[in-house]
Amino acid sequence: MLLTIRELTKTFPGTVALENVQFDLKAGEVHALLGENGAGKSTLIKCLTGVHARDKGEIRLDGAPISPDSTLAAQALGIGTVYQEVNLLPNLTVAENLTFGRQPTRWGMVSGRRMRAEAQEMLAGYGLDHVNVGAELGSYPVAVQQIVAIARAVALSGKVLILDEPTASLDARETETLFEVVRNLRARGLGIIFISHFLDQVFDVTDRLTVLRNGRHIVTAETAVMNRVDLIHHMLGHDLAEVEGRRQSREPGAERLHFSGFGRRGKVEPFDLTIREGEVTGLAGLLGSGRTETADVLFGRTPADRGAARDASGPVDLKSPRAAIAQGFGYAPEDRKTDGIVAELSIRENIALALQARRGWSRPIPRHEQKALANMYIKRLDIRTSDAEKAVGDLSGGNQQKVVLARWLAMNPRFLILDEPTRGIDVGAHAEILRLIGELTDQGMSILMISSELDELIAASDRVIVVRDRRHVSELVGADIETGTIINAIAAHEAEGATA
Amino acid sequence: MNARVLPLYATIAIFLVAYLICYLQFPAMLSTRVIANLLTDNAYLGIVAVGMTVVIISGGIDLSVGSVIAFSGVFIAVLLRDTGLHPLIVFALLLSVTTAFGAAMGGLIHGLAMPPFIVTLAGMFLARGAAYMLTIDSVPITHPFYDMLQDAYYRMPGGGRLRLIGVLMLLTVGAGMILAHRTRFGTAVFALGGGSQTARLMGADVGRTTVLIYAFSGFMAGLSGIVFSIYTGSGYPLATVGTELIAIATVVIGGTILTGGSGYVFGTLIGVLTMGLIQTYIVFDGTLSSWWTKIVIGLLLLLFILLQKGLLILGQRQRRSTA
Repeated sequence: MLLTIRELTKTFPGTVALENVQFDLKAGEVHALLGENGAGKSTLIKCLTGVHARDKGEIRLDGAPISPDSTLAAQALGIGTVYQEVNLLPNLTVAENLTFGRQPTRWGMVSGRRMRAEAQEMLAGYGLDHVNVGAELGSYPVAVQQIVAIARAVALSGKVLILDEPTASLDARETETLFEVVRNLRARGLGIIFISHFLDQVFDVTDRLTVLRNGRHIVTAETAVMNRVDLIHHMLGHDLAEVEGRRQSREPGAERLHFSGFGRRGKVEPFDLTIREGEVTGLAGLLGSGRTETADVLFGRTPADRGAARDASGPVDLKSPRAAIAQGFGYAPEDRKTDGIVAELSIRENIALALQARRGWSRPIPRHEQKALANMYIKRLDIRTSDAEKAVGDLSGGNQQKVVLARWLAMNPRFLILDEPTRGIDVGAHAEILRLIGELTDQGMSILMISSELDELIAASDRVIVVRDRRHVSELVGADIETGTIINAIAAHEAEGATA
Repeated sequence: MNARVLPLYATIAIFLVAYLICYLQFPAMLSTRVIANLLTDNAYLGIVAVGMTVVIISGGIDLSVGSVIAFSGVFIAVLLRDTGLHPLIVFALLLSVTTAFGAAMGGLIHGLAMPPFIVTLAGMFLARGAAYMLTIDSVPITHPFYDMLQDAYYRMPGGGRLRLIGVLMLLTVGAGMILAHRTRFGTAVFALGGGSQTARLMGADVGRTTVLIYAFSGFMAGLSGIVFSIYTGSGYPLATVGTELIAIATVVIGGTILTGGSGYVFGTLIGVLTMGLIQTYIVFDGTLSSWWTKIVIGLLLLLFILLQKGLLILGQRQRRSTA
């Protein structure tokens, strides 16, 4: 065994990122590491490459225990990493990137000729013969840069190669070129850890796979014997046999918004979507399938470049978030910390933010009104805090989410988009958020909810849209909304394959 | 073709066109006298701009150099006046002081993770203050060795006098070109400008490189101070106010991108000469106010900033279409 990880545990304040995780890597295999956001994949990689120090557990490379304390140390031990964002310097030449720090010199001066020859040698066998190593790296497409990064990592490290979402910005042909490289390296005896949310690619190129969920090891198996439906079961989890509190099926509400042929090139294929009054529409799909992209397009964060939106009174302009807000839209994004809250500001200021933006900054909301507003929502949403002046960054995840919700509720939106509203919050707060979503729709609000947790989607949604490969593939209502149907829709493998 | 070279070509083209226009109006502008004076008059600026080029390529800025030049002049003048030290020893002392000063700023920038702007701004006040501490008057330099340095020249065909300091400036540019474009250190400077986080991941010693970059700039400012003292024959604490900004302007006009990661030391030389050319033109014309220099420099800077932005957008489009 080239690499063995045993009982790896890593906790961050408030969350257990990894708990007793095990992982093995053989020489000459490609091993997929799978899991949704927050499953612990990146924490595992960071422990392995010395970015994080582990709390507990053991990592052995070639049988010897290792504890790298930096990426460079891990590199020196033989563990090289290539990230989705190419970690090379686009402003240097290909040759400089490949030989960086060890350029051949003569009397203190870099010998360009020898450096280029050396670089050429390093690139041999990667199918990059057309690349001029004397040209700037940035002048080549990402796919070439990616392979150059791999060549550098292999030359420097040469035992374990970690590919973290290497294909995320490549097209099908480039991906195939990359896989050729991966297969060649496997034949040379490298151990390769392959992280990707494209399941087709996992089945295409990997020998074994390991699934993590909520920081725990779920399964390790030969890729060839794993079937797609089971794999998705492992990734999304289905621990509850009976979903509690399934929404009562009701008469479909009146049409509120209709999107026809709505989409954006490179983000999400055109889709038709009807949003009804008092309904929760769930968006189900794997990470990277086009869920968040759909929300971004609906809210004008990445404005649609095709299709039209209209409501009962006519066309609806959604070319920017500002326009969407003016239309009575609200959006609580997936990444609460960077896109949702302003951590340094108080609860009161966070709640008043969107309302103030709509009023215009020349007409400040009086402080006592802000205070009344904040106190009202603190009470209504049961935000656990000593008072309204506490900085939002000091609250727990669930309470932060409630503040984000309160901000939008203060605007009294007709259509609210919630991307992973329960991510990273504890079980109690989880139930409260779901209850709140139910209440809001009872009052007539329309909600679009994105979630990786099928149980949650099933419990809360009146209809479920399944997204796959950036396309809306099916719409389920009523009794069809159940785990099996959704997973089958996600797993259905079309002959034409992925269009990433 | 590599889009990053375009600003350099543009600089060279503008310089040649400008020179042609000058020549058509005043044929005497092509004489070796004018060319020699162009080098002599801008020698101190050229030297300090070489240091600034390296700093800017690394993604930094050094606002202290103008003050350091003034400090150098005063330091030399006062030491020569009050001690019996030979000028060469004074030069050596001065260069160690300014190099150490630059290194200290580099150390602070890296160690405290402070923006170079604010650290070198503090350095600017510090050096200017130190110059005032030494004297508040203009101190003339009278030393036989200085007379020799000032009188050393090579008579070019046509009567132009290529003076020592002009030659020194050209040598400095040559050394700067080798350092920036032909050494591991130079590659590390470009790497830092391309992204210090990535550079660190690739194994660059960011701390050492940062210290060396500002030490180099400090050394160049000291050298420029020596040249300035030879040029003016005195030391004055109020001299070269704002020279750091002129140096930055010449670097940008020379095709170096202010955000770092791309640039040419040779381009900086052309930038300095372009600026000198404008001044010469104003002298030849005789009716224009010297403020026109500033106006033309301002316009040129604007032009180059627009050019760089345009190239950036062009490059992104190209990449998108090939990707």
